[in-house]
Order: sequence, then structure tokens, then C-alpha cells
Amino acid sequence: MIRDITLGQYYPADSILHKLDPRVKLVTTIAFLVALFVADDWVGYLVATVFLVAVIKLSRVPFHFMVKGLKAIFFILLITLIFNLFLTPGDVVLVQIWKLKITDKGLHTAIFMAIRLIYLILGSSVMTLTTTPNDLTDGLEKLMSPLKKLHVPVHEVAMMMSIALRFIPILLEETDKIMKAQIARGADFENGNLIQKAKNLVPLLVPLFISAFRRANDLAMAMEARCYRGGEGRTKMKPLIYARRDYYAYGVVVIFLAAIIAVRVVL
Amino acid sequence: MSLKLEHVQYTYSPSTAYEIHALKDVNLEIPDGQFIGLIGHTGSGKSTLVQHLNGLVKATSGHIYFNGEDIYADGYDMRKLRSKVGLVFQYPEHQLFEMDVLSDICFGPKNQGLSKEEAEVRAREAMRMVGLSEEYEKQSPFELSGGQKRRVAIAGVLAMEPEILILDEPTAGLDPRGRDEILDQISRLHKERGITIVLVSHSMEDVAKYVERIIVMNQGEVLHDGAPREVFRHYKELESVGLAAPQVTYILHTLKEKGFGVDEDATTIEEARDTILRVFRDKVKKHD
Repeated sequence: MIRDITLGQYYPADSILHKLDPRVKLVTTIAFLVALFVADDWVGYLVATVFLVAVIKLSRVPFHFMVKGLKAIFFILLITLIFNLFLTPGDVVLVQIWKLKITDKGLHTAIFMAIRLIYLILGSSVMTLTTTPNDLTDGLEKLMSPLKKLHVPVHEVAMMMSIALRFIPILLEETDKIMKAQIARGADFENGNLIQKAKNLVPLLVPLFISAFRRANDLAMAMEARCYRGGEGRTKMKPLIYARRDYYAYGVVVIFLAAIIAVRVVL
Repeated sequence: MSLKLEHVQYTYSPSTAYEIHALKDVNLEIPDGQFIGLIGHTGSGKSTLVQHLNGLVKATSGHIYFNGEDIYADGYDMRKLRSKVGLVFQYPEHQLFEMDVLSDICFGPKNQGLSKEEAEVRAREAMRMVGLSEEYEKQSPFELSGGQKRRVAIAGVLAMEPEILILDEPTAGLDPRGRDEILDQISRLHKERGITIVLVSHSMEDVAKYVERIIVMNQGEVLHDGAPREVFRHYKELESVGLAAPQVTYILHTLKEKGFGVDEDATTIEEARDTILRVFRDKVKKHD
């Protein structure tokens, strides 16, 4: 039952995007998000669309995997659309229903806002689909390493992130197991009103918390037994080193950003 | 009170890259009062199979009949089935959650709709059956030792008074003494109460002493099904699927090959001792 939920939605494939350094992908994603908010007319969005389509094609991830992410924000998208559509004041009133007006400006912002949101999700899902969670945290750690000078515990944060990600499937499996065990003892997780349902979760949550603590304890012990002592002086088995393709990718990103800014300034 | 499986198949994540055929055309009949050992290597499908028996997992295809009724029929009362077919999971101590031992054991009976008093009567009875004395009643289950926790968990299922009791690797992670104690108690349950018992294990040694029938699973299929001595005759084949017959089987077969007239079908140490002694006594007699 719970096994079917996919989290940390990495999609294995052999593409140039999968091979890129995670830092490049992180920076590109941030640059793309910034670009989406810099662009404010059709030409700018055309450039962004070309970039996005090219990246999706390069990733070799089936398109429907990306659309999955869109389902989650469907309601946010709908609400944003409605609010922008009806509540933006403008000069020309296109349609008027009772007190609600759709103005030309409203239509314009609503459409752009929707495109922005969709591109935002698509752009970031290309990153998560082509990068393993471990690579992602490695990349984040390396990117944020200058913050160490400000006494930010960068390595510790990254380690916590990767442990958290690693534990999601384990805890899901554990949940599935405990649920089945309690159902076998006659527990009921489906029927009853809200309070009843919440109460019925106790036989699931208590063992789950206990097992999470037990696993955390075991993991801490195992790390200590292998002399883990934080990030100071720690080397990596696979250190992140930029290859030539990573510099090319940075080049493409810079050109893309420049194009977006140029469009904004010129038009 | 019989369970009957007909052409049961089960596939994990069908039609994706992660598709696994966990069960392939399993046909079984579990009659009343039998003590059955279900043996298989890790990943042979034995845990998946037992989860079918109380309807926790629904077969991809095939039928399961409990007392002649199809459990996949519309409107079949699964909760009732689950109170008749008790399933003790692997590491059952991980499902304990109550403040004290007695309330935890009462969880099952209460879910069956019994009153607090009735449930406690059942719980005390179940504690007695697994060999937990009354002093444990008010203790927190989390402060007990591993073996005791497991007894509490088994008692939690027993208190529901199932007609068929399935135990998935009940001795995993226990020391030899704890293992023998638990198995002895299960065996006594079978003798005294006549409960049908399905004991899942990967160790032939464990089950050989107790069970009257062994079902061997391999890669989702039933490889052998019969009395222990029949199944152990295929000990070479068992080895090829990652299992081993009890050590006495090997000793007796070697003796037989060397020309001693022992009964190589003996399955327990006691039987083996008897047959070996008999051969030697005969020899001594001939000398006289």
C-alpha cells in the first residue's frame, strides 16, 4: 500500500544532465527561477520556454514524470489564477459578472503568473529528477562552504539532510509493516470520525517513533564506531570536481540569463 | 476450519520496471489442527504468502477459501477473518505501544468488541500461555528484555483466540535458550488447545523437532509439501535452493553410505540416537 508512494523522485537515465556536477544544476535552477521573475513579456518567456524544453529533452526523463509534480500544486495554481484574474485593477474591462471584473491587465498577470508557477515546478523537478538526493546534498554543501567562515555548520546541515532523505523510504516501509501488524490485531485505520481516526493512529505512531529513535541511536553509534567527528578535515570518496562539460553548462546558463536581461532592458 | 489456496499469484509493482513475481501459482490446503512448518530462503515469498492468509495482502489472481467461503467475495468480513487467523509478524515486539503489558495484550480482544473485563481475562490467559507471570502485568513493555517483549507480542495475538496461528520467524534474533522456550510453548499450544499452527522459518533444525508437515517455498513456488522425513529425503535439492536439512540427516546418510543399516529418515536428534544405537546393539548381539 504505502510502498507505492515515490519520494525523492530521482529518475535514473543516461543523459548529459545526469552527469553534470550537482552544483551546476543547483546554480542553473536558481538562475532559471530568477530569470522567470525578471522576464515580464512574451519574448522573455519565449526564451525561457526554449531553454526549458531544451533541458527537458536533454534530460531524457519522460515528460509525464514532470507533470506529476504539477498535480501537487494544482489548487495553488487555480487559486492564483482566479485571484489574479478577478482582482487586478485595469483600464479596459473585458468581462463583468456582477461585481467581478476581468480586466486586460488581470488577464495578462493571470496568464503570466500561471506560466511562471508551472515553469517553476517543471524547472526544479528537472533538477530533482536528474540528481540523486546524495549528489544534491553534496552539491549544496560545496556551494555553501564559504558560509563556514561565518560559523554556519554547513557540513552538519548537509549531513542531516542526507540522513533525513535516506530515512524516508525506511520509515515508510516501517509504517507499512506496523500498520499491517496492527490491522492483523484488529486495528482500524479507515473508519470513524476525525477524533476516532486520530485516536486509532496511536498504535501506529508510538511504535513508529520508538523505531525512529532506535534507528537514530543505532546510526549514531555506528557513525561513532567509525570515528565520525564532523566535517573538519573530512575527505570525500568522490569529491566534486568540475569537468569541461560543467564549464560549458555554466556558459549556456550565463548566455540564457544575459538574453533574458537583454530582452527586459531593450523591450 | 480449513484454509484453501487456489492458484494464488502475487506480483509487486505490476507492469513497472520494479515488477517482482512474489508468488507463482500457489495451491495449498491447511486443514484443522495441523502443525505446519513453512520454510524458505530469504525472498522465497514465505512472508508474502502468510500475509495472504489473513487478507492483509490481496492476491493478484487466484482464490483463498476460509471454511469454504471465498475471502475475496464482495462483503466478506475481513476483520472477522483476521480474528480467526492470527498473524504474528517478524520482530513482533516492534508493534508494542501501550503503557503496560496487560493493556497492550488487550488491544486485539478489545478490537474484537470485547469489554474491558473480558479482554483482561483473555489477556491473562494469553500471558499464562506464553509463560509470562502476573508480575509483568503492570510493567511497561519497553522495559522488558527482547525475549519477554516478544512473548508479550505473541500473547497480544493469542488473546484474540485465533483458530489458526501463524508465526513469521518467531525466533529470529533470540538466543538458543529463548528460541527453545518459545518453540516449546508454541508446540504446547498446539497440543493442548488444538490450534492450527503455521511456523515460518528458514531453519530446518528449528522446525524438524515440532512440525508434522513441511512446506518448502522457493522463488514464489511450493517446492515440497509433506511430512518432514519425506521432505528431508530431498536434502541435496534443498541445499541447491539455499536451505539445509537437519544435521542428523547428513550424519545418517553418511552412515548409510558406509554400510550401516540406520534409518536415514529420522528427523530429530532423539530418533537418530535410537536408530544408531539399535544398529550397534544388533552388531554386539551378532558378535555374541
